[in-house]
Amino acid sequence: MTISLLYALVGVVLLGIGLYSLVIYSHLVKKILALNVAGSGVFLFLVATAAQTTGPVPDPVPHAMVLTGIVVAVSATALALALACRIHQVTGTARLTENEPE
Amino acid sequence: MSLNEILQPVTLPAWIVSLPLLAAVFSFVLPRIRVWAGIFTAIITPLMVVFLGREILAHGAIQMQVGGWEAPLGIYLHADGISAAMLGITAVIIGSISFYARSYFSGDVASRYFWPLWMFLWGALNALFLSGDIFNLYVTLELLGLSAVALVALSQTVDALSAAMRYLLVSLTGSLSYLMGVALLYAANGTLSIKLLATAGPASPSIATAFALMAAGLIMKTALFPMHFWLPPAHANAPAPVSAVLSALVVKASFYILMRLWLVIFEPFINPSTAQLIGVLGACAIIWGSVQALVAERLKLLVAYSTVAQIGYLFLVFPLSSIPQTNHTAWQGGFYFVLSHACAKSAAFLAAGTVIYSFGHDRIKDLHGIVRRMPVSMFAFALAGVSLIGLPPSGGFIAKWLYLNAALTGGQWWWCVLIILGSLLATAYVFRFFSRAFSYSPEEIERRPVPWAMEWTALGLALCALILGFIAPAVTTLLDAGNPF
Repeated sequence: MTISLLYALVGVVLLGIGLYSLVIYSHLVKKILALNVAGSGVFLFLVATAAQTTGPVPDPVPHAMVLTGIVVAVSATALALALACRIHQVTGTARLTENEPE
Repeated sequence: MSLNEILQPVTLPAWIVSLPLLAAVFSFVLPRIRVWAGIFTAIITPLMVVFLGREILAHGAIQMQVGGWEAPLGIYLHADGISAAMLGITAVIIGSISFYARSYFSGDVASRYFWPLWMFLWGALNALFLSGDIFNLYVTLELLGLSAVALVALSQTVDALSAAMRYLLVSLTGSLSYLMGVALLYAANGTLSIKLLATAGPASPSIATAFALMAAGLIMKTALFPMHFWLPPAHANAPAPVSAVLSALVVKASFYILMRLWLVIFEPFINPSTAQLIGVLGACAIIWGSVQALVAERLKLLVAYSTVAQIGYLFLVFPLSSIPQTNHTAWQGGFYFVLSHACAKSAAFLAAGTVIYSFGHDRIKDLHGIVRRMPVSMFAFALAGVSLIGLPPSGGFIAKWLYLNAALTGGQWWWCVLIILGSLLATAYVFRFFSRAFSYSPEEIERRPVPWAMEWTALGLALCALILGFIAPAVTTLLDAGNPF
């Protein structure tokens, strides 16, 4: 087993853990953390694909994608945390209540 | 680079993306000019889209390497007939709703944040429709999702905040799933360009997994049944201009990506039963959404559930296009649905928003006699209803006609039954509201006066849905330009 395959597999496992936690936890901060773990899994997988070149230099494209992905993830996390804070302020709880539309 | 080079038609895609983004930055940094930055963009962008459309009709698809950087590290923009049609409908809808929003938000603190986010949303949509590679599509999807979520939260009510949060979680999960698909496709084929992926190698487990992940992510974001749970609260609780654009354009953006990927990259790998399964989900969406619209107690919720139903129609394109001889008619029908539903639904949401603006509520049972009080808005709602039901002459009718054609030619008669049943259900929920709206009520209800721009914008968009029924040959020619599929 090559090191890049190991990275790729760990990435997939992290994605799985993240998605699982996203579903089972109801606290918003835990949900946001879960999304970040899942995102890191995808990024790790992408980094592992950079090893797929013939030469000694790794493929730069996946790195560019991961860098962009991190920027997106940071902004998404910021928005999610801001919303979670606001929900906590207004409702007194950091959980989504099961309010079905009328 | 001389000025002459910058103003070549080939740079139009870059301008169409950057103008709204610039307007967003300016309206945030200089809040005093925010409304005018928005209105300026709302006038200029449609003109640029018209030029782009003419260019594509005359010379075929336009490609552009932004800044001269080559793909894969540079950004590759690709504009064909479908991009032009989607950019056009976006320009018509966001452009006209900008005028509605100017009145709707006048004197409201939310206006401070509305305009920058509104322009970001427009920039994201334009970039999405012009992206030629699957990773840029991911970035634009995220930009779109983030600005849409923030716009929903502008209502500030508890319901709106929860709806925004739920929408954000779904949207991020969907994008992650899509991104994992991008990673797999890149690992398998070593390219991100949609065009190169189309000719890429034989079927393999990683392509199948990539398809499953991307389709699942995009279906979540498009709110196809049973992933529609987040849509009605988000669309019903957002401010009216935002609801209109969310239903009209934002859910269509992820559908547009799915359709491109499906028809260009994955078509040879998909077996017909997968397409039929997606069609069955669409059928469930039509029936479930219509029934919920039929029992909805609030007008905006009725319109939001109608969106769930109409999204079901969009997905019928996959089973209908799975037969080679009906492929062309089916995808044209699919895009006709996207265009006509966009006009009709934005008109319906704007009319419903005007009702709330004026009466302070949208409880259907208390809206008796409203036709007499706001005839223009209700006329707009009625015209939108005509297109949603699919009565001639309207865009909705042409779309359903193309679908029925594809279904009968391809021997898939069961979809005809569904389309007719869906139209009957749509008739029922539209007329249920109008039986209330037309009823006689003697007492005068206190109401806030409505600026004329709000009422007439809704009517203008509803008329667009109707006009789409008359200009079908022109629209289908545009969709074909530049050989999209």
